Parts: sequence; structure tokens; C-alpha cells
Amino acid sequence: MEKGSHEPQRANVAQLQPGESGIVESVGGEGALHRHLLDMGITPGVRVTLQKTAPMGDPLEIHLRGYALTLRKDDAAKITLQAGKGEQA
Amino acid sequence: MSKARYTFALAGNQNSGKTTLFNVLTGSNQHVGNWPGVTVEQKTGVLIHHHHGGDAHFGLPALGGKKRMQDEENSDVEIVDLPGIYSLSPYSMEEIVSRNFITLEKPDVVINIVDATNLERNLYLTLQLLQLGTPMVIALNMMDEVRAHGDVIHLDILQRELHVPVVAICARKGEGIDELVRLSMDAAEHHRTTPPLDICGGPAHKALHAMAHLMEPRAIAAGLTPRYAATKLLEGDEPMAELLKLSEDEKHIIEEIVSEMEEAAGMERAAVMADVRYNYIERLLDKAVVRKNPDVDQLSVSDRVDRVLTHPVLAIPLFIFAMLMVFYITFGPIGSWVSDGFEGLVNVGIAAIGAWLSGAGVAQWLQALVVDGVLTGVGSVLSFMPSIVILFMCLSILEDSGYMARAAFLMDKPLRKIGLNGRSFIPMIMGFGCTVPAVMSARSMSSRRDRRFTILLTPFMSCGAKVPVYALFAKAFFDDNLVLVMSCLYLGGILVAVIAGLILKRVLFHGDAAPFIMELPAYRLPTPRNVLRTMWDKAKDFIQRAFTVIFLATVIVWFLQSFTFRFEAAQTIQESMLGTIAGLIAPIFRPLGFGTVEASTAVLTGIMAKESVVSTLAVLTGVNIESGAMLSALHGIFPSTSAAMAFLTFVLLYMPCVAAFAAMKRELESRRWAIAAVAGQTTVAWVCALIVYTLAHLAGV
Repeated sequence: MEKGSHEPQRANVAQLQPGESGIVESVGGEGALHRHLLDMGITPGVRVTLQKTAPMGDPLEIHLRGYALTLRKDDAAKITLQAGKGEQA
Repeated sequence: MSKARYTFALAGNQNSGKTTLFNVLTGSNQHVGNWPGVTVEQKTGVLIHHHHGGDAHFGLPALGGKKRMQDEENSDVEIVDLPGIYSLSPYSMEEIVSRNFITLEKPDVVINIVDATNLERNLYLTLQLLQLGTPMVIALNMMDEVRAHGDVIHLDILQRELHVPVVAICARKGEGIDELVRLSMDAAEHHRTTPPLDICGGPAHKALHAMAHLMEPRAIAAGLTPRYAATKLLEGDEPMAELLKLSEDEKHIIEEIVSEMEEAAGMERAAVMADVRYNYIERLLDKAVVRKNPDVDQLSVSDRVDRVLTHPVLAIPLFIFAMLMVFYITFGPIGSWVSDGFEGLVNVGIAAIGAWLSGAGVAQWLQALVVDGVLTGVGSVLSFMPSIVILFMCLSILEDSGYMARAAFLMDKPLRKIGLNGRSFIPMIMGFGCTVPAVMSARSMSSRRDRRFTILLTPFMSCGAKVPVYALFAKAFFDDNLVLVMSCLYLGGILVAVIAGLILKRVLFHGDAAPFIMELPAYRLPTPRNVLRTMWDKAKDFIQRAFTVIFLATVIVWFLQSFTFRFEAAQTIQESMLGTIAGLIAPIFRPLGFGTVEASTAVLTGIMAKESVVSTLAVLTGVNIESGAMLSALHGIFPSTSAAMAFLTFVLLYMPCVAAFAAMKRELESRRWAIAAVAGQTTVAWVCALIVYTLAHLAGV
């Protein structure tokens, strides 16, 4: 990963490093999972920040809309991020 | 609905303070049951008076004329606590129960409790509730925290835009409750239904209007508002399509409207509606909320705490430390100090009743029944009540503080390895208190597979009622080293659960657990009110059990051991009815080293309630469990320390009590599953006890 020099470019939420954020482009997943992600506020255009990963590497803690949510890496990988809008905190 | 004049339904997100508000509104008049046909908890209560805001009380009867008058005025309002939900989607039982309750049972008012420190996500549910058309009042909870941040929420703007009354409250401190009750009563009396709220523009707007127009007759026939029916159909909600009994033609038209909208919006249907709601909320909050420091939200304070508690290196040691602290407080010096004091009281009580009975010249046999049977049995169980209440106090503090959710976050990965997920952690840890609420708390998991899997493993977590058994044996066989005995047994139970989980994952529950998506609530100081409430509920529950199930068990045991099958007074236990039955099953336990009549009897009565294991041993030996005579009597029943170890292992793992069995049957949604579960647990217990006995024997214990 090219750290520091440029804005890091992450394709999905699972690729974010702690402290980094991105703008959601699309929300994948099927049925209940898809709907649940949307209901929890993960909608296209929202900014999510990866707060941390659990001590054993999974799940993740993300911050969005002023609250904290935990989800697994596999599911986070289904949330894609917009290109060129990444940001390091 | 019952005879209540009005019914208020309490709806809101998880962690929004709903339980606290419910407790404040209803005081002690609560009733917990199940929603008909489904295993989702239904809590109802009767509204109590509210007079001064900020008046913290526990629902004690009020004094003073004016208050009493209000009491009577409001006493016929029933409050129904709907499950904590984030949306009205059709994917979890909780959500379906909530929307069906509001649309079918038609409560007079919906009180929507909203966490004011997190309006953005909480209002998402509010927008969906508003569509149901029922009279509604919004209670903005935790306003004290908002003020402490220096933020301002313009209630008048929210009220004007949403067309419903909005009240600022602080449920923990009891502030704003009078106003909330007043506005709710007003909404009920005038039946102030919520007018349609136009929240969207663009493609969704067009589709929604077309759909609402198309669906109007069917929606009204089904008792729903057209906009609610239209929204759900637009989102692709299957239950709604069935409820409205759509024709093939209508389905076709709907699909056309939807695909046109999806194309115009560039998103699929569910995403369009979620997007519309969140966009509306963002615009609304821009107008209604002034943040003192936009970069600092409620998470900032919480984050500092969290940085330590979920630290990459410190998290696991801290977690283990927290769990050890719980056990230390419960069973260590503090717990035993309280227990000993309480036990002293119980013994004084027993002695007093015994003296009174013989003084009053009551018949010998009745004296024997009361003193040797009932009082000894019930008394020995009652003296363990403090430990169980303290354990629940600890669990309730962990839950209320927000740490329980972090524990689920930490434990998700290891639990996933045995086929479960982080949410299973909460039932598991509750299992150390009592299997009944633990099994019931598995309801929060939406997948039946996860629920069943968790329920099967929960009884291996040693419940609080087994503590008396451990304590007694620690005293008799292990130099009173309770901490060592308990640690071995608790860890042993966890180990068996892990192995059982790994096997079940291969054999019965194929595939992966449901997705683990969970809100991590901000850390908060637990309120004494809620903690005391939990302790009081558990104490009440325990006393109730002591005087019903255990009372009955001790009377039956006493009767069975006092008489023979020919209903003559038995000279020895061996010739009594109980001895005869236990004698038949005793050979099963011979390989485990405790094939005695007394031990077998204790195992049998333990099925009624685990506390009965101790009371039975007390009744059978005819001595008070505190006396030295009891300890030597135990050495007669269990010939060796290895036999005692095998017995403890068996008691740890074998089938849970009848109350737990009933709960399991209900939550597994199958009698066959429940029977298979307890049969499996008993088999596992026998095998493990055999292993322990053999190993201990070989080691020369």
C-alpha cells in the first residue's frame, strides 16, 4: 500500500485501515443482510470511518452517522467505496 | 386487548433507553409474556402516575390527594413494550411483531423513544412508524447528554416538520415524564392521527405516489394507510404483498413502477427507500440541530474509554479480568459475607418456627414434615439467594454500561470458530446466572440456526443454582477451597461447550452463522434504578421458586423418603419409596463411583431444581448442611474424592432443571429438539464424569 504520499485508494470498507474513511458507493449482500446494512444507515453517499479491528483481526468497528457499528470483514467487503474520496484522519 | 381504556405502545431502537422508560412509566406493575405464536418477549404494564419531573422513585404508592387522583385517572392505561428494533423490515421476528402489533392491534398511541444523542439513525425508525398513521408522540431521550455537549435541538422545528408532538425527556432521571404522559393522553383522547409526511423527491416520489394511488382500496380494506402499504411494496416486502392479496396484474404493474424507479435512481429498490429516508433526516437535522462542535459527537468521550477496553493487546486480559471480577464479587469475600449473614437469618427463622411448633403442641409428624422436610430444604436453598442476586447485579451492570456489546465484539471471532457469532456470547454469559433467562435472551438472534445452536450449548454454562452444590462439596472434600473447585468446574463447562460446539457444527449445524452486525452503544454509567430493578426481579423470582417448585420438591422428597410403598413409616431410607426408585437407577452411576441411593436421589431431585441437590442431601442425612455431621455424612455417601469429583462433573453437565427445559422447549420451538437436547446433555455428563472418575482414580485421588 502506498502510505503517506497519496490519498490511499480503498475499493471497499474491509480494505480501510484504522483511522481512514471513505464514501459509500454501493451496498451489496443479499436479502436480510443487504436490508440490514441499509437500515443501519450504510447508504450510498454516507461517510464511514474504520475505527478499529477487534484484537483477533475480525470483526471491524466502523463509525458512521454519529454512532458505532460492528460488522465482519466479509460483509464489509460487500460495501464498495467511491473512487478518489478516501481520506486519512 | 384487555379492558384498559387506552393502550400505549413503546417503540424505539435498541439502546435508546426503552427499558428504563418502560420501568419509569409502569413502576412495578409489569407482566412479561410471549407474543402469541412467536418467541418474542412481550412486556406490558400499567401506567402509574407522574407528577413532578425529576422525582426519582421506584413506583412506590404515592402520597397526597392530587397524586392519588391522577393515579386513578391513569391507571387504566396499558403500556406495551415493543421489542427494540431499527426498522420495520420483514427480516426479524421483532420487526414483524412490532409492525403487526401497531397495524393489527391498533394501540391508541405509539410512544417513539429516540436517543437524542444519535438522532440520525434513530429517526430512521421514526419515519417508518409515522407512516403507520397511528397517533404518535416522540420522546427525545438522553437530552441531558445533548445539553452537556452544548448542542441544541429545536424541538419546535422537529415538531413542525414531523407533525407530531416532540418531548425532551431523560428517562434515567425521570425528567420530562409528566409532559410525555400528558401529551400521550392528549393524543389518545383526541385520536390525533399523524398526517401523511412527504419525505421524498425525484423518482421515489413519483413511484410512491403512483403506488399509493393504486393500492389505496386494498390498503384501506386491510386497515393500513396507503403510504405504508405503498412504501413496503416498493421495498419488495413479501409479507405486505401477501397481506394485500395482490392480483397478478397488480404485481405486474408494481414491478414496472419499481423497475422504472430503480433505473431513474440508479439503485435497487430497498436502497432507494433507505436513501430517501436518510436524506430527509439529514436535511431535517440541518435545520433542527445546532452542534457546538461538529467534530465532537457522543462517541468522543466513549472512545477514550473504548481505546483501553478494546485495545489490541489489553482487551483480552481486561475481558478475562472483568469476568474474574464478576465471580470474585459474587463468590468471593463480598458475596460470602452477604450470604453468611443471610444464612444466619434463615437459620434463626427456622429455629424460631421449630420452637413455636413444638411449643404450640403440633402433631409430631407435622413437626417433622415442617422442620425436617420443608424448612431444612427451603432454608438451605434460600441461603444461596444472595449469590445469585449479586451475580445478576454484575451482569446487569455489564449490560447497562455497554461493555456486554464490546464483549460480543471481542468474542465474535472465537465463537465463529465453533459455528456461533458474537451475539451468542450474551446468552452464554447469562447462563452463569440462570439458564431460563439465558435461553430466552437468545431471541435477539434473528437466525433460527444460531438461536438453536446457542440454546443447546447454554446449559453447559454452570448456572447459579449449582453453586450451593459446589460450595458444599468444596467444604467436605476440598479443604473449603471454593475458588479452585469453581474455577475448574466453570472452565470445564466452557471446555465441554466448545467441544460440543465443534462436533455439532460438523454434524447438525452446517454452514456459517448469520451475519454479525451490531450497534456498539456509547459507554454509560449504569443507573442504580435499573440495576436494583434487575436484582429485585431476580430475588422475587428466586423466592417464588423457593416456595413453589422447591417447596413442592422438598415435601415430595420428604414424603417419599418417610414412607414405604405400603405407606408405612420407613425405618431406613433404603426401604422407603424414594430409596427403592433411586436404588433402581443407582447402578447407572456405579461406574462413576457414586452409585449410592442418596446420590442417585439427589440427582433425581436436581431435575426439579438444581438447588434441590443440596436440600435433598440435607433431608436424606437429616442434618443441617452447616453442621460437621453433614460433612461426615457426605463422606459416607461419596466413598472417595474421585467419586465426589465425578458427581460434581455430572451435576455440572447433566440435564437442566424443569424450568429450563420448559424454556428450551419454547425457544427451540420443538419438543423433540428439547428432549434430544437434554438427553444429549445427560449422556455427555455421564461420559465426562466417567472420564473424570477414571483419571482421578488412576492419579490416586
